[in-house]
Amino acid sequence: MRIAMASTGNSLEAKIDTSFGRCAWFVIYDTSNGGIEFIPNPTKGVEDHAGQSAVEFIKERNVSKIISGDFGLKIKPMLDSLNIQMIVVNDNTLTIHHIIQLLKKEES
Amino acid sequence: MARIKRPRKILNPPSIKGFKPYGSDADLRSADPVTVLFEEYEALRLSDYDRLNHHQASIMMGVSRPTFTRIYAAALQKIAIAFVEGRKIAIEGGKVYFDSEWHHCNACGCYFNQPDKNIANPLCPLCGSEKISDYEFSGSPQYSRFSDGKCKCPECEYEQAHQPGLPCKAQACPQCGHAMIRAGAPRRNHKTKQR
Repeated sequence: MRIAMASTGNSLEAKIDTSFGRCAWFVIYDTSNGGIEFIPNPTKGVEDHAGQSAVEFIKERNVSKIISGDFGLKIKPMLDSLNIQMIVVNDNTLTIHHIIQLLKKEES
Repeated sequence: MARIKRPRKILNPPSIKGFKPYGSDADLRSADPVTVLFEEYEALRLSDYDRLNHHQASIMMGVSRPTFTRIYAAALQKIAIAFVEGRKIAIEGGKVYFDSEWHHCNACGCYFNQPDKNIANPLCPLCGSEKISDYEFSGSPQYSRFSDGKCKCPECEYEQAHQPGLPCKAQACPQCGHAMIRAGAPRRNHKTKQR
């Protein structure tokens, strides 16, 4: 299973980003082999419809869950149709490393 | 040109893909199935299974009351055809999107939704905790907390807080009346836009 995360930077110490469409980087974590991939968000600086473009971008990477600090209003119907689960992290001081540890523990 | 159809909101996809008739010469006749759309299935479910009236059901599906009645009438018509002519019913297609409920994890404090509704009691996807409560919210949880985006006027540099769900372009600058843009976004080249 592949899980996407919205991140503020391209390191494991980066924090979870509080927006999905305009986050700085996407982190894709593969639970089957533990692979971690950092992708810069192409929709970071766009004027409008950042969320929709980000969904288009991320759905081609076959993720089944997305973790972010928050999602925009128009994102949920799109992700529901694509059967992608949204997880909103309440504590926005959590780092990517911390979340991956949580996911590893949850799986085992 | 006809107006574009509004997507219909569906809570659950049906648990089955359709129905098959049985009886004397059912196999001969059932070759050509009647296609019931997802939205027609949902209309039938809301109206006759959940016993809502058309007005309430139309709000649930995000369409107008007359549109809901038309969808419902189409569902009955198709089911009647299948019953009378002894044909199969296939439930598929239609312009729909699925909706899901929000849950809240009391252990780690995260919010999540569950698009796969076959799981009755979901575990927290982050920490695996069983302490889950339902969360009532339309849209996204904790929305106002992080709306740090700003709308900016490209003419007079006036800035104001971005309203979630409202495009910056739809906002007029209170000082000069110019359409606002997202602060930080590169200004569009008007020449390339016209081309």
